[in-house]
Amino acid sequence: MITDLLAPAVLIGICASGIRFATSYLYAALGETFGQVSGLLNLGVEGIMLVAAFAAYYVALTNGNLALALTLAFIVGAAMGLAMAFISVTLKANQGISGIGLYLFGLGLSDLLFRVTVGTPRSVNGFPSVDIPILSNLPVLGEIFFQQNVLVYGAFACVPLTWFILNKTTLGLKIRAVGQTPEAADSLGISVARVRYFAETLGGALAGVAGASLSIGLLNVFQSNLTSGQGFIAVALVYFGAWKPGRVMLGALLFSMVNALQLWIQTLGIPFPSELAGMLPYLLTIVALIFAARQIVAQPTALTKPFERGE
Amino acid sequence: MKRFNFIFVPLLAGVLALLIGAVILLALGANPLDAYAAMLNGAFGSPNAIADTLVKATPLLFVGIGMCIAFRGDMINIGGEGQFVIGALSATAVALTFPNFPSLFLIPLALVFGFIGGGFWGGIAGVLKARWRVNEVLSTVMLNAIAVQIMNYLLQGPMLDPTELDKSIRVPQTERLSLAADLPRWIPTRLHLGFAIAVGIAILVYVLLWRTTIGYRIRAVGLNALASRYAGINVSRYQILAITLSGALAGLGGAVEVLGVNHRLFTDGSATGFTGSAGFNGIVAALFGGLHPLGTIPASVLFGALLVGANQLQRTVQVPSAFVTTLDGLVVIFVVASQIWSKRQTARRARAQVAPEESLSVIKVKTDALP
Repeated sequence: MITDLLAPAVLIGICASGIRFATSYLYAALGETFGQVSGLLNLGVEGIMLVAAFAAYYVALTNGNLALALTLAFIVGAAMGLAMAFISVTLKANQGISGIGLYLFGLGLSDLLFRVTVGTPRSVNGFPSVDIPILSNLPVLGEIFFQQNVLVYGAFACVPLTWFILNKTTLGLKIRAVGQTPEAADSLGISVARVRYFAETLGGALAGVAGASLSIGLLNVFQSNLTSGQGFIAVALVYFGAWKPGRVMLGALLFSMVNALQLWIQTLGIPFPSELAGMLPYLLTIVALIFAARQIVAQPTALTKPFERGE
Repeated sequence: MKRFNFIFVPLLAGVLALLIGAVILLALGANPLDAYAAMLNGAFGSPNAIADTLVKATPLLFVGIGMCIAFRGDMINIGGEGQFVIGALSATAVALTFPNFPSLFLIPLALVFGFIGGGFWGGIAGVLKARWRVNEVLSTVMLNAIAVQIMNYLLQGPMLDPTELDKSIRVPQTERLSLAADLPRWIPTRLHLGFAIAVGIAILVYVLLWRTTIGYRIRAVGLNALASRYAGINVSRYQILAITLSGALAGLGGAVEVLGVNHRLFTDGSATGFTGSAGFNGIVAALFGGLHPLGTIPASVLFGALLVGANQLQRTVQVPSAFVTTLDGLVVIFVVASQIWSKRQTARRARAQVAPEESLSVIKVKTDALP
């Protein structure tokens, strides 16, 4: 019955899953924010997430060291971000299309490595949930917010951190400058290329963590196309959030709550076609993009435009 | 020199991709030469193999020709997958509704509906962009996911094969379409009329893009939207048209795939179960073909060969066929990244033309400055 959804236990469950699901979107979208604010669109987030998710999963499966697994995902993500920066900054390639190339590469490579080294999906022991002392005992709120794993807490901690770096530090000022008016930044002696390289590499590293948060945090398994479009949705969330970390988080939460809701609808056996429920997040993204486009003024002016130094 | 680059750049990109592919194969413990030889043999080793290659090339060609239109109009259409699915659904629905129509009516009718269905799905992204400035890359990715869910829904219920109804585990597929809907086939191979249709359409689209006003305007909008607006071209209209046509051709590809290969629509629940990633591979083929409809013909055959070769790769060298997806990604990156060299050359040529006048004016200034 549809009223089952209103039972307190179910509502709490939906909210708790929503917070958990937001994790991967948050890492990926915050990373993408760094890149886009510097003027680079990285559409290959999905591909980075897949390869890093596999790398972390493989370490967790064979070695069991989760810290090592997470570090490897971070490094793999950073390396792919660096490659994307080379393609976008140095080779000045069309960022939309090369991002699709990176996606196909990651989709193929992660599937290939998985089939060769593991074969059939086997679950691993991922990050366990950690109850925060005192807070986790709070009624309702405790279960929703304070009984999650480390990666979930980390993702939400990254929101104010990203805001702080972008708005209150010299580094952030440089990133915004090369994304808004690269010519002016260049004339002040800031290396546009170096700042963009840094932002894209950091973005890639965070996308790597996003992938790991799925394979060794939320799902604790790997399979072909594990991320199923989350990387693309993360890119959409950055537009929706108008390049502001706080609003990106709201978007991620809205999105993951709808996702949690549709999974609970299926779990509770409410007679509603699961395919139509599965469509909801994507429909919501399109609607969100329509609303987001109204504040297009906030878009970094140099987004997707390679910087050509005048002679 | 320009002509030369046109062919040379994609080929170099292809070779680079194959080289990195070789490194990956080595890392997997397979001999790259054996692997590539197996692929080549699998794709072209016998008349049947060649026919299979052309069959696999057909959907890529349909999608790829469409991508030439969209990308030339600066509409980055990533929605080939969804448009392919909606086209296939529309054609299947027509064929299921009129099983008693003779081939001569049924086949064209189903193909036209595939064309319209795909065009509708592509047009949505066009309108979203023109009306609300929604980035078409993102909207088409979302529309892909929605299309697959619509297909999965219809194949579990309304369009499910009636004989599956009584089974405990139902295979999500339609019943076999009426024989009248089968595309003519070159017996004994699997090659069907679809490839010939696609080649014909490639020529038509070449004429459309380079020999008509509509094509000229699509390309003008793609090259410089602002200048086109000043020239009085309705930019939004031609953007919507470009992505609608692009979607329509992908939809036609989906329809041809149903009528020519599977004779029914099926799904395995995943995003690429029915399409075989044709919507993405078509983009790869179009880029490799220099975004030219005629260049896309050999490019599709090449990537069709990679797909057929991948099966052989899996059988003889035990390398999973996902290897080919990796290779496709590398090709896209290298083709797009290598365009910097052709751009540099154009810039150099432009400078070379400007230079003499510049130096003349310098001389003039110098003489003026003389007392």
